[in-house]
Amino acid sequence: MSHSADNHINPPEGWQGYNCHNLAIRGARLFDPELKLDMVSDIVILEGKISSIGPIPKDFGGDIIEGKELTVCPGLFDMHVHLREPGYEYKETVQSGCLAAVAGGFTGVAPMPNTNPPTDTPATVNFIRQQSAGTPVDVHPIGAITAGRKGDQLSEMAELNKAGVTGYSDDGSPVPTAELMRLALEYTMMSNSVIIEHAEDTSLSGKGVMDEGAVSTALGLPGWPSIAEDIDVYRCIRLAEYTGGRIHIAHLSTKESVQLVREAKARGVNVTAETTPHHLTLDCTILEGYNSNYKVNPPLRTKADIDALIEGLKDETIDAIATDHAPHAHDEKEVEFILAPFGMIGLETALGVVLTKLVKTKKITLSRAVQALSNAPRKILNLPVAKIEVGAIANLTIFNSDEKWTVDGTKMLSKSQNTPFGGWELTGRATGVVNKGIAFVRRD
Amino acid sequence: MQERLKHSIIDAAGMKRTLTRMAVQILEENEGTENLVLIGIHTRGVPIANRLSKIISTLEKGKTVKQGILDISLYRDDYKTAAKMAEVRATEIDFDINNCNVVLVDDVLYTGRTARSAIHGIFDFGRPATIQLAVFIDRGHREMPIQGDFVGRSIKTSPGEEVRVRVKEIDGVDEVVLVEEYDDDERGEK
Amino acid sequence: MSELVLNHLLGLQGIEPSKIYTILDTADEFLKVLDRPIPKVPPLRGITVANIFFEPSTRTKISFELAEKRLSADVVSFSKSGSSVSKGETLLDTVRNIEAMKIDVVVIRHHAQGAPLFLTERIKSAVINAGDGSHEHPTQALLDMMTIRGHTGGFEGLKVVVLGDIAHSRVARSNIHGLKAVGADVMVCGPSTLIPRDIEALGVKISTDVDEALDWCDVINVMRLQLERQNQGYIPSLREYQRTFGITKARLDRIGRKIVVLHPGPMNRGVEIDSNVADAPGSVILQQVTHGVAIRMAVLFLISGKERTDA
Repeated sequence: MSHSADNHINPPEGWQGYNCHNLAIRGARLFDPELKLDMVSDIVILEGKISSIGPIPKDFGGDIIEGKELTVCPGLFDMHVHLREPGYEYKETVQSGCLAAVAGGFTGVAPMPNTNPPTDTPATVNFIRQQSAGTPVDVHPIGAITAGRKGDQLSEMAELNKAGVTGYSDDGSPVPTAELMRLALEYTMMSNSVIIEHAEDTSLSGKGVMDEGAVSTALGLPGWPSIAEDIDVYRCIRLAEYTGGRIHIAHLSTKESVQLVREAKARGVNVTAETTPHHLTLDCTILEGYNSNYKVNPPLRTKADIDALIEGLKDETIDAIATDHAPHAHDEKEVEFILAPFGMIGLETALGVVLTKLVKTKKITLSRAVQALSNAPRKILNLPVAKIEVGAIANLTIFNSDEKWTVDGTKMLSKSQNTPFGGWELTGRATGVVNKGIAFVRRD
Repeated sequence: MQERLKHSIIDAAGMKRTLTRMAVQILEENEGTENLVLIGIHTRGVPIANRLSKIISTLEKGKTVKQGILDISLYRDDYKTAAKMAEVRATEIDFDINNCNVVLVDDVLYTGRTARSAIHGIFDFGRPATIQLAVFIDRGHREMPIQGDFVGRSIKTSPGEEVRVRVKEIDGVDEVVLVEEYDDDERGEK
Repeated sequence: MSELVLNHLLGLQGIEPSKIYTILDTADEFLKVLDRPIPKVPPLRGITVANIFFEPSTRTKISFELAEKRLSADVVSFSKSGSSVSKGETLLDTVRNIEAMKIDVVVIRHHAQGAPLFLTERIKSAVINAGDGSHEHPTQALLDMMTIRGHTGGFEGLKVVVLGDIAHSRVARSNIHGLKAVGADVMVCGPSTLIPRDIEALGVKISTDVDEALDWCDVINVMRLQLERQNQGYIPSLREYQRTFGITKARLDRIGRKIVVLHPGPMNRGVEIDSNVADAPGSVILQQVTHGVAIRMAVLFLISGKERTDA
């Protein structure tokens, strides 16, 4: 995509693109939990900003989106995705990943740096950002903690910060030593940035491919024990406590880690955490058919862990829901389970899964869900929050909380199909997004 | 598959008389019990062979006839396509059959496929001098060049009909009846 | 019995006891066939069986080949040695080749758990698991059970110990599932580092004291100890393993009654089992090998009896 500055819009097939010079949404439920806004109203957007909340003026000459049965909330933000570009464009590109984000209702994503080359220079950061042109999706690359993601020494973090990076991670791998983690936490205090740890003690997880326990024992698959996560989470928390640095735990998956974070927060440690829609809804018994689409790192855990994650999400021990969207090509997954790569896609299903399995079942409130999927992650990454108020930049997600649809891996906007939710009947689906001066809306 | 009775062919007393005649014929043909072997084919060939053997023993003043059991399920010609349960039942031929006169015993001779399978099976145990076939009922409709050497009764049947030879040991009653099948949604397995 | 017995044989977890008994009873008949002057029968004429071994194996492969030939099947075998996956033919390529060659039954040995299931989801052929990683090895367990039944008469309430490296053993898992299904009482015994987490969920007792286990049991099935477990740190030394868990004549003599000692082979003599136990008069270990052919004949026969939709 060579169109960067001219607002050239490029909606996917089946979607309508709009310019936001003059756009209105009529009669939608406007829902902004942080502003305690929950009302049915029209909303008018002029030059990319919210110009009025209230009846559309009679002389309004712009496009109007019919908002009946729709909810408008602050734009969703996914702080943990893998867009695979540069280096693995056959799995996903920034463009295809952004379109998948749109389909899922996300207006912003933070791609992890495990690309080739890894995101450890401003040039790569800028390249990735540019690739999102023409989409309504903000792309905020996460920088590598260590140069080349090799786990040896710190990357040029201050340079990366000048290029706009506010979060660092070696995601896919943990920071190998406590000393290096200490240095990373101390160094990023200069910019008040956050270190995002993929928590895994690899000496314990070893060759593990699934949660260790009765199911792995029966399947004869090497176990990745929950304790391997807990030990690293504890290490991170104590180092953050000791240094005063900011630590964020990626894809929290275990009951014990939830409790560690809860206790640390109570002590005032600068710790935040995210978990994923799949860890919130799938347990390891689903692996009994050796379906590699369920192979993910950290692995799917037990029902007790799921309950603890939901509880943690509820009491805000867990701040954010992030998808860990990890596309892999069909033939990479179409192999023996132990050889398949870890990862599942999640951008297009996250909202539907959370609404269906957590909100409709009253495990968490809609407010909590929207918060965890939108501004909670922005705050962790020091990004401006999205708001539904007059004068704010229009950064909005539109969804239909009653739309029933069936997940079909072959119909994803992502380049890959490795969803664990294929065939699921979901209630609630993103209808459109508004951001960066453009809007994409799903056609019926 | 359902079946209904058409008519009775032989009753218990008749069966006894017929078996006696068959035993006499077997003895006559084989000139006594020397080298004579009776092999009952699963399922109802087995009790019929037992009874023939008892009658022969009585006729020959206590001389015994060697007896065996053959299950032909390993020798079927329709194994690959038959929509039926694969089941192997006991085969018991625990003596040498080389140079013996083997009489295969079965209840009904129909297409001849069972007899063919049985002949095949016998050869895995050795090389008998002769193989003969004793059947209680020959109902016709042959699909192989096979005939019974000792036949209890030949009757004319049509393909929709089935001959049921019932024996006390298995069915609790001795009789032969002709039945008619209807509502036939399965292959007609004997 | 009116149901078809088997579509595939992937493992013994969750298998109905009646199916185990049908396989064992059928194998008993095939054992007699193996004693005939001409130990060959024709039921699998016209059926093509492919033995695909992605892992080196001598005895299991020979046992399957012999069983197939005794049943008059057409047999093709290929081995892909080495567990290296990036090189050579992938499992998916194999799948496609099998489809193209119109093979009726596939016998697969693979280092990856679940590989046989992977095949069943992608091809029409019947699939027999000849060992998949540390998951299951159902025909081995069935032949063990055939041998056990031959010596004890039945399984109800029978006390069986599975001894050794339970964590990495597919034979152990299949034995546990099979024996539990028919009502045996199963105990696993071995070093704690080689007993996998939560194995009690499979309904077994656990012991780390081999003498205690011997006192308890009627039958002991001794697993092979992969010698590399020492280098991987699971056990300090083979010497210590032998002294702590090895089945020796002295240990068996001490319990003062006869128990059945099985070993799936190949044996590490002087490690998990002593030669004077393995070779003792009355040892059933070679009987297991003979039973292996009969069990595999039974499984092949019962699987091939299924009418295929594409027949």
